[in-house]
Parts: sequence; structure tokens; C-alpha cells
Amino acid sequence: MESQKSNIHTISFLVANKPGVLVRVAQVFARRGYNIDSLVVSATVNPKYSRMTITATGNVETLEQIIKQSAKLIDVIHASEHTGIDSVTREFALFKVKCPSNKKTSIIKALKNKAHVVDEHQSTLIIGKTGTTEDLDLLETELKKFGIIEMVRSGKLVMATGKETT
Amino acid sequence: MLLCAPMKNTSSQKSMTGAEALIRCLENYGVEYIWGLSGGAAIPIFDALVGSKIKLILVRHEQGATHMADGYARATGKPGVVLVTSGPGATNTVTGIMTAHMDSVPMIVLTGQTISPMLGKDAFQESDIFGITMPVVKHSYLVKVTNDIPRVIKEAFHITNTGRPGPVLIDLPKDVTSATFTGTTLDPKMDIPGYKIPAKPKKSDILKMAKLFKGSKRPVLLVGHGAVIARAGDAIKKLAYKLKSPVTNTLLGKGEFPETDPLSLGMLGMHGTAYANLALTRCDLIMSIGSRWDDRINGNPAKFCIGAKKLHIDIDAAEINKILKPDAYCIGDAREIVEELVKCVDTLDTKEWLKELDGYKAKYPLNSASSEKGLTAQYVLHELQNVTQGRAIISTDVGQHQMWSAQFNLAIKGTRWLSSGGAGTMGFGFPAAVGAQFGCPKDLVVAVVGDGGFQMTLSELATVFIHKLPVKVLIIDNKYLGMVRQWQELFFENRLSGVDLEGNPDFVKLAEAYHIKGVHIDKAEHVRARLEEAINFPGPVVIWAEVIKGDNVFPMIPAGKSAYEMIIEPPHRDTKLEKPTGST
Repeated sequence: MESQKSNIHTISFLVANKPGVLVRVAQVFARRGYNIDSLVVSATVNPKYSRMTITATGNVETLEQIIKQSAKLIDVIHASEHTGIDSVTREFALFKVKCPSNKKTSIIKALKNKAHVVDEHQSTLIIGKTGTTEDLDLLETELKKFGIIEMVRSGKLVMATGKETT
Repeated sequence: MLLCAPMKNTSSQKSMTGAEALIRCLENYGVEYIWGLSGGAAIPIFDALVGSKIKLILVRHEQGATHMADGYARATGKPGVVLVTSGPGATNTVTGIMTAHMDSVPMIVLTGQTISPMLGKDAFQESDIFGITMPVVKHSYLVKVTNDIPRVIKEAFHITNTGRPGPVLIDLPKDVTSATFTGTTLDPKMDIPGYKIPAKPKKSDILKMAKLFKGSKRPVLLVGHGAVIARAGDAIKKLAYKLKSPVTNTLLGKGEFPETDPLSLGMLGMHGTAYANLALTRCDLIMSIGSRWDDRINGNPAKFCIGAKKLHIDIDAAEINKILKPDAYCIGDAREIVEELVKCVDTLDTKEWLKELDGYKAKYPLNSASSEKGLTAQYVLHELQNVTQGRAIISTDVGQHQMWSAQFNLAIKGTRWLSSGGAGTMGFGFPAAVGAQFGCPKDLVVAVVGDGGFQMTLSELATVFIHKLPVKVLIIDNKYLGMVRQWQELFFENRLSGVDLEGNPDFVKLAEAYHIKGVHIDKAEHVRARLEEAINFPGPVVIWAEVIKGDNVFPMIPAGKSAYEMIIEPPHRDTKLEKPTGST
């Protein structure tokens, strides 16, 4: 488990906001059999560019190749791996849990300060949380007690700390 | 890499279509030829070519167009331009684009496309060529706005032939090329902030490399295609002579350091010379100049030049550490780096080393003797060498004849050897020779092809006839897909499967059907005279050399093995060789 964890990488790409960029980057991963664990693409402050944050699992040598090969793509402005030391990461997750009406109050109480309720239905609750991947994993374990119907996670966002840009 | 500067746009133009703007841009970039095949979605572009100074070469198959553009580019250094229609016209270019991509050849492929409102709706002759080619292009465009055409063309010419060259595809929907161009200039600003060409090489990296040469007693310089693209030959010559270091070359590096030079070991690798491969097993330092340590060279990276210091010069940063970790490297243009490096190194004491290598040369020469069994390919190609003396541009196809040609047709200039190295594309050799002949009309161009590969693109004989190109096509006909047959004989107990080319045509009659002169050779005593006759003939000639059927290429390093396991001589009949672990 420990060694698997250390093989998880977070790579940030600044890319031209053009059709096909996502396919080009994804192809570099796929060609080497590197599975993408999570992927976030969204706008940047400059409408010409988009930001892609990819987490993937695999050995360091292959990753070095992937970063170099993606950086070569004309539509990629830059690509870099981020470690925990120089950056912060956050992720958002939604959990739909079973919630019979007689237990609603106790569940909501148990989750106080850990997550917030985004939606309430007769027999279900949707619970939302922002945090590090580990925070969300912990919450997931906790919610399993009540029965998770489904989970949707945003994928990891990364930002370099201090004066450095991502 | 030089591009022709675009001419100033004249302001007094009458209105033009997107297609006309496109052709004007191509003219401004100095395009001489477009190789293509027409079709519905590309009609506006073909229409705009009427009256243009660009010569349209109508091919018989789109694959031929791409290889012609490729051969032209390799021989001249200028990007080759291809124009085809949508759907199957576009997909027929894929092999040629992949071939150019693997060997870093500049090429621009223009594909017609269905009108943009129909994109993605399975329109007639629609293919997602932008998507299909994505893994095999340096870059690609799907043009949606007519006024973007000049910028896209400008960027494409910049991208294709700078840094590490490679093909660029531009997909042009018919409505985009038909619409009126209302832009203000044919020479707009480029918008490619993500495209970085390596800057000047770092002096510190060069000094680090120079330091590693100190004390080396058995150095080897390895010249690859990057050295040819950078035209680094003169600098490499200076370096080799200053160091007194032997030089070997990859298949695509042939000629950038003359193979006739006493310091040359010729080609290394799977079918390289014994002395080049023995040098790998004995060297204490090897420096790659624009080679990517490909698997046909290293065999097995873990056993490649064990104990030797490895130095790597490459313009593509992604090549560093890809196959093996060098002790020192420098990223940038091979010529610039070697020119600098020459100033930083001292002459080495290699007297013993060169003597040792000369010993190998004497002990294990390449064998081109004619056989009692009949005419051999090696004999024919050695005679071709004697007749042409390195003055020909030689373009090969892929297979046994390619390896024999590489062994016997010594190149003295990098741009005079054209071969599909990375892709190994059969059908490449003949059209590539045609493209080279267009680009170098005064040069002698010889296509050395096998009977298998030639039959894949031979319809371009029509193109040769129409344009009166004096290309010589030398068919080495052993009636087999010989390289695969060789593997089946050596590693699969001679269980021949899918290699017998029974039913080959009479290639002389075939040539004559295309109004081209044909010459037949099947005896050693006729080779010299008939080759001379063909070479001296002022027009195109097809030379049909029927050689013995079951011959094998040696030396050979089985795929996945290292130079230490080279088979120099044909093994005894009963020797059982294990199946290669390497891919091909």
C-alpha cells in the first residue's frame, strides 16, 4: 500500500484552450499504458489557456517520459509534476447516503464540522466536502456505515504555493 | 532549419477564396511542388492551383504522394507538401505521415474535409483525419474559419521544419476553402506560445561531455539522423579527426560522416558491420550525435556498451533518458553542439584502438561474392556501388535488400541516403526516390527496392513516365518477403508462412507497359554492363535483378540480444537458434 501511494503523481498542464488538446494529452498517457486516476480541466484567468490537473499511478521513469512527451505538444504551454512540499491540493466530493427519516437527525449530527448536507430527500442525503484526498477518503469510510448509494469526486486540483505559479 | 521568408503581401488584391489564399501562402513559402490526388472535398483547392506557379504532381495513390513529399524533404531539407481529399483520400496518407513522423521529416499534409456543418454526421467521404492522425503528427489543425488559413499555414511551416522536424496535418472543410477570404494579410502573427525550439546549447553541458573524453582510449562516435538533419557532417569530421576516434552510423545517419573514410566503421546494429558491433563490445565511451539509441541499435539497453561512458546529443529533450541514462548530455542542434565540442576536447591516444578495429575489418569483411547457386543481391549492390561511386542518391525500400544496400552502398553525404528507418514502411523506396528526383533534378537517383515493397506503390511508374523523371529502379527480386523468411528459417524451424511471393510479374514487361525501359539481370557476368547501361540511359529505367531465393543477411544480432551475441557467419544448418525476445 505504501509503495503504491508513492507512485501516485499529480501533474499540472497549462494548455491552449483549443479543441483536441485533451485528446492529445490523454494519448500520451494511454500510449504508455499509464492509467489516469483523475482529471480536471477548467478555465484559467486567461481565456486563451486552460488548466489540466491529472493524477496518475505508475513508475517515475515512465512519468518523466510522459511529462516530456506532453510538454512537446504544441498546445501544451508547460507541464510539471507537483509534490506536497511546493503545492496545495484540494478535492471535492459528493456522497449520496441512505437515510431513513428516523435516523436523519443523528446522521446530520454525526457529520457536524466534517461535511455539509447539500440535499435532503425523504430517504437520502447528499453530503458534500472539500478537502485533501485523504480527508475525503476518511469521510468515505465513515459514511460507509450508513450505506453509500453513490459517490462523485471532482478529481484533484493543485496549486503551487508562494510566488511560484502552477 | 531555414524557411523561405514569405514575400510581402501586396495590398491591391481582388477578393479571393480561402483556397486561393492558401495557395498564395504556399507560393510565398517557396513551395515548388504539391503531390496529390483530387477528390470532391478538395476541389476548391485544386481549382485554386490552376494557374499557380506551384506544380501539381498527380499521383496514382495518396500513399505515393506522402512518400514523394518525404523523399523530396529528405533530399532537399525543404518540407514536402501533400494535397488530398477527405475520407479515404485522407486515410491513405496515414502510413506516409507515420513514416515521416518516425524519421523526423518535415511535411505538410492538406486534407479536404466535408463542409463544417456536416462534421461528425457521417457525411459522404467524411473521416475524422484530425483524430486519426493525432498520434503520428508533430501538430495538426482543423480549420474552422477561412481567415485563419494564412496563420495556420505560417505556423505549420514553422513547426514542421524547426527543432525536431515532423509532419503537420491541416484539415480543410470545403466550406472554409470556398468562402471569401476577408483577412487583411497573408503574413499574420503566429500564435503558438506552447512551441519551444531548444535554445543555444548550454556551454556547461558541452564542457561536461568534453571532460568525459579525457583519458578515453577506445571512443566511438555514433552518428544518427539528427546529425543529418542538422547538417553536422563537417563538424563531426573535425571532431573525429581531432579525437582520432572511429565513427559508426545508424541506418539513417549514413553518409553524414563519409562511410568511405578510414575512421568509419559503417553501420552498426542488427545488420550492421561486424567491426562496428565489435567496437560496441569493446569501447570505453560512446557518444550519440542525433541518434535515439533505437532498439535496432542497442538490442538490449541493459547490455549496450557495458561499462562504457555514454554521451547523448539530441535536439529533443524527451529522448534523454528514454532508452538509457547517459553520463552526460546536451540538448540542442547537433551541428552547433559538435562545433563547440571540437574546441573543448584534446586528441586521444587511440592508436591501439584503431589498430584493433582495423584487425576486425580485415578479419570480418562484408561478403559480396557471387554464389555458385546463382546471382546474389550483395553482388548486384556492390556492383551498383562500383558504378555509382557514391554519387547517386539512393532510396531504399524495407527488408533484406535495404540492409544489403546499407552494407554495400557506402554513403558520402547524409542527404544521399533515403530509407524508412523508424517505421520500416514497405512501399516507401520507389516514391521517395521519385520525390528526391523532383527536388534534385540533376542528380542520379536510384531506388533500391525488393519485389515485395515495389509492388505496393509501383503504380507511380505512371508519375515517373508523365514527368519524364530519369529515376532508376533496381528491383532485387528473390520472390520472397525475404526478411521474414530469414527469421522463419533461423528461428521458426523454416516453417515458411506468408512469405512466398509466387506469381511475381515480369518486371521488364511491367515497366514497358508503363512506357518505361526495362533491363533484366540474372547472371553475375551481366551485372556491371547492364547497370552501366541503365545508369547512363537518359530516362527512367526499371532494372529487374533476379537473385537467389534463400539468401540471408549477415551479420545479424537477433532482436533483443546485444552486440556481444552477434552472428557473423551463417550458422550451420542444424544449429538451433532460440526465438528472439525483442520485438522486430
